[in-house]
Amino acid sequence: MSTETLEQKKDAVEVKPAEALFSKRRKRLVSDPLSEDNPITVQVLGICSALAVTVKIQPTLIMAIAVTFVIAASNLIISLIRNLVPNRIRIIVQLAVIATLVTLVSEVLKAYSYDMYKVLGAFVGLIITNCIVMGRLEAFAMANKPYDSVLDGLGSGFGYAWVILAVAFFRELFGSGSILDFKIFEAIGWSNFPTNGLMVDSIGAFMVLGILIWVQRSKTGYVEH
Amino acid sequence: MRQSNAYIIIFTAVMTVIVGGLLSLASQGLAPAQKKSIELDTKTQILSSVTDREKLSAMKPNEILEMYDEHIKSTVVDYSGNEVTKDEKGADIQAENVDVLKNYKKKPEDRLYPVFKYRKDPSSKEVYAYILPIYGSGLWDKIWGFAAIENDLNTIAGVSFDHKGETPGLGARIATPQIQQRYVGKKIFNEQGNLVSVSMLKGEGHTNISDHEVDGMSGATLTGKGVNAMLKNYLSCYKAYFEKLNSGEVANL
Repeated sequence: MSTETLEQKKDAVEVKPAEALFSKRRKRLVSDPLSEDNPITVQVLGICSALAVTVKIQPTLIMAIAVTFVIAASNLIISLIRNLVPNRIRIIVQLAVIATLVTLVSEVLKAYSYDMYKVLGAFVGLIITNCIVMGRLEAFAMANKPYDSVLDGLGSGFGYAWVILAVAFFRELFGSGSILDFKIFEAIGWSNFPTNGLMVDSIGAFMVLGILIWVQRSKTGYVEH
Repeated sequence: MRQSNAYIIIFTAVMTVIVGGLLSLASQGLAPAQKKSIELDTKTQILSSVTDREKLSAMKPNEILEMYDEHIKSTVVDYSGNEVTKDEKGADIQAENVDVLKNYKKKPEDRLYPVFKYRKDPSSKEVYAYILPIYGSGLWDKIWGFAAIENDLNTIAGVSFDHKGETPGLGARIATPQIQQRYVGKKIFNEQGNLVSVSMLKGEGHTNISDHEVDGMSGATLTGKGVNAMLKNYLSCYKAYFEKLNSGEVANL
């Protein structure tokens, strides 16, 4: 009797073909935030750290890696526990997860890359308040499966990374006359290249970022409503 | 069920325990590596006041620690210039472990003053420079560093400065070799034998700079003032030790 019902149930379940590991929809999860739905240039989130850490490329790279890791990992964790989280305290739970991951990143940096820890200092801690991270948790990870959430996190992380790296490239090039601390202008025989003090200040970051947003939006045709 | 108060409380409690446990594990596990990084950072800073920075930055961590052990002998002195080996509780004091910030907050008379004696040739008995930690306030936040005084106890062999939050491109320049190079060879005592220290001038591009002055940083006069005060304060705290060194009352090595 009991086996009969089991068999019946088995028949009733429609066998869906498993979605490809990198299906079109999943590729879009990663590629959308790079351009059309970029967290910085389109959603205008995470500006504070984009201004603060982009004086030179190397610390920016560390920051980009840290943020990408935090977004992807917190997206994964929240997505795994999304059905357990009580709705009323979900923001607190999200914050706790982010804060834990950020503290871990900060401690690891302190142990293995003390120079970078000194340069980035407070800004690593401030990833906690980076609106991109929390935005992704609330908008995506709370309602999607773990694997998709990781892809979404990576996409947003990369979208953030390329923009701040681009800003850092121009700021270091014109502000310090170097790329990754390599004195590029001296190398091509322009030893008295006039470095621009404005680029070293946050104001320079505002200007570079503004131009970047302009170029990027005119390319994708995004208009604020 | 997921919305009941009991569930929320249990969920929060479990989450707190997991998060707290994870973080304390990480903190415990990473502590030795962090201690090593900080030690390396301090020793690199001490050495950078007397060694070529590019050479230093090309060295591996182990080589730097080895070089430090070979060339540096440290001691701790008090305000009146006497060597201190035990603290109030009778525990041994290590110059490398003296927290300069903690001491900075005490009255000058109560502070411990580490001295790092640098020998150019590890086998010789002659001290080339006395490296002294210094601490003070810049424009926005703390500034600190090391001043190396040659064995005539007058000429500056080199300095290294660092800062927490000076303006990038302006006051933050104190951390660059370009600024620190200006201090090399300057004198801290005048002809009358008074401690006048070395002060940074206002504005940049001065010529005819005396032995007690260095060129300023354009746009960072207040940071410069902080550096001046820091140097003068700390050098005068070590003055008694210098006198005892000169009179031979304390051994120079």
